[in-house]
Amino acid sequence: MEMSGPPASALGDLGVGIRKSFPGESASSFTLDVDFTAAAGFTILFGASGAGKTTLLDCIAGLQAPEAGRIVIGQTLLFDSGSGVNLAPNRRSVGCLLQTLALFPHMTVSQNVQYGLNGLRESERQSRCGEILELFRISALAERRPEEISGGERQRAALARTLVTRPRVLLLDEPLTALDAVTKSQILDDLRAWNNQHRIPILYVTHQREEVFALAENVIAIDAGRIVARGSPHEVLLRPQLETVAQLAGFENIFDCAFVADHPEQGTMTCRVAGSTLELEVPLSRVDRSRLLRVGIRAGDVLLASSAPQGLSARNVFSGVITSLQRRDVMVVARVNCGAEFEVHLTPAARDALHLESGGTVWLVVKTYSCQVMQNIR
Amino acid sequence: MILQALTLTLRLAVTVSFILLIVGVPLAYWLAYSRKRWKFFIEALVSLPIVLPPTVLGFYVLVAIGPLSPVGRWYQAIAGHPLAFTFEGLVVGSVLYSLPFAVQPMATSFASIDHKLLDASALLGASRWRTFRRIVLPLGLPGVLTGFVLSFAHTLGEFGVVLMIGGNIPGATRTISILIFDQVEALDYAAANRTALLLLALCFAILAALYGLRKRAAWNVWGWK
Repeated sequence: MEMSGPPASALGDLGVGIRKSFPGESASSFTLDVDFTAAAGFTILFGASGAGKTTLLDCIAGLQAPEAGRIVIGQTLLFDSGSGVNLAPNRRSVGCLLQTLALFPHMTVSQNVQYGLNGLRESERQSRCGEILELFRISALAERRPEEISGGERQRAALARTLVTRPRVLLLDEPLTALDAVTKSQILDDLRAWNNQHRIPILYVTHQREEVFALAENVIAIDAGRIVARGSPHEVLLRPQLETVAQLAGFENIFDCAFVADHPEQGTMTCRVAGSTLELEVPLSRVDRSRLLRVGIRAGDVLLASSAPQGLSARNVFSGVITSLQRRDVMVVARVNCGAEFEVHLTPAARDALHLESGGTVWLVVKTYSCQVMQNIR
Repeated sequence: MILQALTLTLRLAVTVSFILLIVGVPLAYWLAYSRKRWKFFIEALVSLPIVLPPTVLGFYVLVAIGPLSPVGRWYQAIAGHPLAFTFEGLVVGSVLYSLPFAVQPMATSFASIDHKLLDASALLGASRWRTFRRIVLPLGLPGVLTGFVLSFAHTLGEFGVVLMIGGNIPGATRTISILIFDQVEALDYAAANRTALLLLALCFAILAALYGLRKRAAWNVWGWK
């Protein structure tokens, strides 16, 4: 493979063009092979676990070395296999916040935060520490130890400890997954406020859709070590062209389909779910009609009705039988067989209002534009 | 006589445990973090005194520091007297003999430190030395203390090596355990009992202090877990 390296980048942009292979059993082995540039602001790395996201971050941080390629921040070379450059992690100015946070347990919050400032004068250290604690609203906790504060406060402390060193790039590896939605969005707001001042590239690893939409300006989807899609969250997650991204993006229903007919005047096409007589009307898409297609439908986009609905704009209305009905957290997961089996998500209230029960008959309603057509790449 | 032997034994134990503190900490650090392929070789070497009969160790040390070896000759040229059958010779033998008791707890506690903390330290710009001083050493302190105290206590009760390389010279190499051996040989069981009891009490007190201390240290350092 030719290693051209990342394109010339603006001041402070992170450029990554690396390759690293993981030998192992054929099923688990893959090659991380990515090439991208991240400008100031959030870039989301989105992908299933095991896709190579964490390895990619480790390579940028200097905790692992790629086999080939280049990593640059602006004009500074962090890694270059060609000229043999490989800066140690402590000389990269890359801030990194791991899932485990890794706060030093034997130090107070303020000692943790000042840890990375040892080159500075005492007064400067104090004032920078005070500033960042203020910004992340943990000034009151300065003298506490990590075990004495809550999970959200620990995230704030870890973030403050990393940002106080004024890194040139920030890497965040699912740092907020363990937090409740309110705490999470507060911390993200504070992080955004910090970055409005400092304008550095922030790579944010997650596999949660909500975080992608909450944060992103840019999304890079990674699967099996390769970039499979990039663009805005809507481009990548709502209009996925590849099945791998679709699964990541949370399509609970993915059907193998055969093309039946085009209706260009209506902007739709018909395809039949393989192994059934069920025909779906889906948006007219630029896909190879001679090959097998896939249609993805989110479980939350499917409506249920207890009697045959009338006067609807939706083109896809099927009757079916409820095969299972399970409560999961705050929602109910129903499986409905109408030739093909659909997973449907609804609220407990909706279940009660419709008197749904296992074995009962329901009508299933799917809007054309809730059906995402993809090429089956297999 | 018993007082003289006791002072000598304590002097030996203090010297040896301090030397092992200085030698053991870097050695343990290396054992805990090195990825050298031949690390197992050093690990085996360090642990050897645990399984080796003290007479075997003592014999080779005696040969190594004797007037026929380069080391022995070199020492004699500098110090003006041979190393064997002196207090210094005892120190050399005891350091080797107690090495695993110092190094193993230290290496174990260094290795048990979450590697993510060391990564975090490096990512915050800390050099390896700073990481060692600020993270590894404080978090591994219980193990360092254990190693220090164990090597002290182990040296106190040492017999075979001392006998092989030190002989039985009052004030220079006659430690408490040698004294007990002497007294039993002379069939003075009452005196042997007094001396043995003293050593028993001393060793027990040290171990009791060690476990008491370690518990408290554990609470301070690891209480968050």
